[in-house]
Amino acid sequence: MVRLAILTSRIRVEEKLLIEALRQRAIAFDIIDDGELLFDLSNPDGRWREYDAVLYRSVSQSRGLAVLHILEHWGVPVYNPAAVTETCNDKLLTTLALLRAGIPTPRTLLAFEPQVTVRAMEMLGYPVVLKPTTGSWGRLLARINDRDAAEAVLEHQETLGSYQHHIHYVQEHITKPQRDIRAFVVGERTICAIYRTSEHWVTNTARGAVASNCPVTPELDNLCVRAAQAVGGGILAIDVFEDPQRGLLVNEINATMEFRNSIAPTGVDIPNLMLDYVLSNVREEVVR
Amino acid sequence: MSHCPECEAEITVQDLMVGEIIYCPDCNAELEVLHLEPPTVALAPQVEEDWGE
Repeated sequence: MVRLAILTSRIRVEEKLLIEALRQRAIAFDIIDDGELLFDLSNPDGRWREYDAVLYRSVSQSRGLAVLHILEHWGVPVYNPAAVTETCNDKLLTTLALLRAGIPTPRTLLAFEPQVTVRAMEMLGYPVVLKPTTGSWGRLLARINDRDAAEAVLEHQETLGSYQHHIHYVQEHITKPQRDIRAFVVGERTICAIYRTSEHWVTNTARGAVASNCPVTPELDNLCVRAAQAVGGGILAIDVFEDPQRGLLVNEINATMEFRNSIAPTGVDIPNLMLDYVLSNVREEVVR
Repeated sequence: MSHCPECEAEITVQDLMVGEIIYCPDCNAELEVLHLEPPTVALAPQVEEDWGE
């Protein structure tokens, strides 16, 4: 009998939906709070062997990634794999993976020293977007319209930020049509997508953007599946910009996707499709 | 029955799960369900920099 573990930090709507889907399918599972974990790295804990797969849903990216590395080291199947999650958690690594695969993505420059970073911004031309290489939910993004703002934000980052904020990831500003696209890729298929519409230039639903259905065209499906494969594949949410000149550009990829706002507008049962993917992989492992 | 650590309002955890986040009906504090038996809630941790998708 298949047994899964869901690794969590807190139980959000997404975790409740996954739990409900597991209960409806009568699949055995345990909820594991990452705060209670203790690993003796050289002595694999036998309890993990009870699971055919571990679905990582921690809200803490650093805790989750640590657990994924350890469980993979112990031979426990995890979703998404550590390498995929590590790439997606880091915007620099994501951009490099997209570039390697030839996926269209906004032009991005990286610099360390503030005065060099200003030069990077002026190479792109204002406005530009300054982002931390790690982070989520649209936090700490800055649209910088001129040199005064650039110098002020960079001084704040240098003074108040951690060493991670001294790596300046500067992205060209894309003039979006008041929205972006969030597409959900499970395995080799884009299962659905939403438009995230906002009057604010940041279009994360965590920042108040409104979700509506976005038709999955063959072009969008192809782009998103290629983008997912570029970071290693799995269960991924792809953020896409519509550039007026260049068409679709992949901005970021999320390895622990939130989907509560996307089920109703798309009519797609995202948690069950996630479980289908995990369970089909588990069964393939059993057959092997 | 548990109590809000901020304002001492009565909090019920019926039909909830450990790890769920709820809001105190009186003071709106964000609370995390720690135990169902006995019912225990605590102030939810603040969002950390590495939290996200």
